[in-house]
Amino acid sequence: MVEFALPRNSKIGQGKTVPAPAGAKRPKRFQVYRWNPDDKKNPVVDTFEIDLATCGPMVLDALIKIKNEVDATVTFRRSCREGVCGSCAMNIDGTNTLACTKAIEDVKGDVKIYPLPHMPVVKDLVPDLTNFYAQYASVQPWLQADTPNPTRERLQSRGDRAKLDGLWECILCASCSTSCPSYWWNSDRYLGPAALLQAYRFIVDSRDEYTGERLDYLEDPFRLYRCHTIMNCAQTCPKGLNPAKAIAETKKLIQQRR
Amino acid sequence: MSQRAPLAHARGLGSAKEGAHHWWHQRLSAVALVFLSIWFVVSLISLTGAGYDQVYLWMAHPVVAGLLLLLVVFTFYHLKLGLQVVIEDYIHTEWLKVTSLVVMSGACLVLGLACALSVVSIAFGG
Repeated sequence: MVEFALPRNSKIGQGKTVPAPAGAKRPKRFQVYRWNPDDKKNPVVDTFEIDLATCGPMVLDALIKIKNEVDATVTFRRSCREGVCGSCAMNIDGTNTLACTKAIEDVKGDVKIYPLPHMPVVKDLVPDLTNFYAQYASVQPWLQADTPNPTRERLQSRGDRAKLDGLWECILCASCSTSCPSYWWNSDRYLGPAALLQAYRFIVDSRDEYTGERLDYLEDPFRLYRCHTIMNCAQTCPKGLNPAKAIAETKKLIQQRR
Repeated sequence: MSQRAPLAHARGLGSAKEGAHHWWHQRLSAVALVFLSIWFVVSLISLTGAGYDQVYLWMAHPVVAGLLLLLVVFTFYHLKLGLQVVIEDYIHTEWLKVTSLVVMSGACLVLGLACALSVVSIAFGG
């Protein structure tokens, strides 16, 4: 059955509070989810007071400041710090987004930071995305064609190229899939918005010759049709994409070929 | 921890090669119900104050009986399709899921038949 409450070993407790250094000009409280697989304890929320006067503008800047200056054990993924790599996706202020592009000043009150929802946690803010990546791999996200390779690029009309806009920008941060209730309940079988958007990206690619096989793979009550157009994916996407539309278009194509 | 490769887990038992039928029928029945429900509610309002015989005669009219039958069929078909999704979404224990689906489908069928037969018996002056 669906779990409506957290299991006993996932109940979140109160952690430590680290006040801002004396003389802080613009203190702001950051509440950070902490869980360490090694100490066998339940997760807690630690509170760190940071002086924004000496901190960069984004939530990731604050996390890095906490790690550098307050508590070196705070664990999170980050890399590009400019919204391109998708590493620092986490739940900030109740919404899945990228810590590096989320401005601290956009958050009213305390900044609450949790890992992406409904994923196994590796440590602190690091979720286990193994299944997410495997589902992405399962849609074979690369160009497939039987026509012998041309001696130059595979050409596309401007119109065909334009069909990929709103799809190629996806950075696989997993914000959408982990915001989707359908994915929470059935992530073992439902591919989720991210993988389905990536699948559609190759389904509409005019250079790809395996459209039918791709649709065959997706035509399943769980893989594709668990999408109930809840639209959390489109609302949370930090890149402003609309996976729900890609899913709807895929459903239309399957209907079209019947 | 499963020793299975994550990709094998993601691919699972493969595609069931269905779902489009269910999806399409749910939408078609929804559209049909929009019109049928509006017609039904408007008709009921216009029958306000009418006596038993008057309503009986109204229901016995072939066009009305036909539309009522369609309303009953689409309502319970749509109900069945919707509840099926809810059960598949939320119940993951296999035996409980299958049992719920069978009981739910049966209940929709029995209730739908009861409604349909009522309309038919009135239409045929039963």
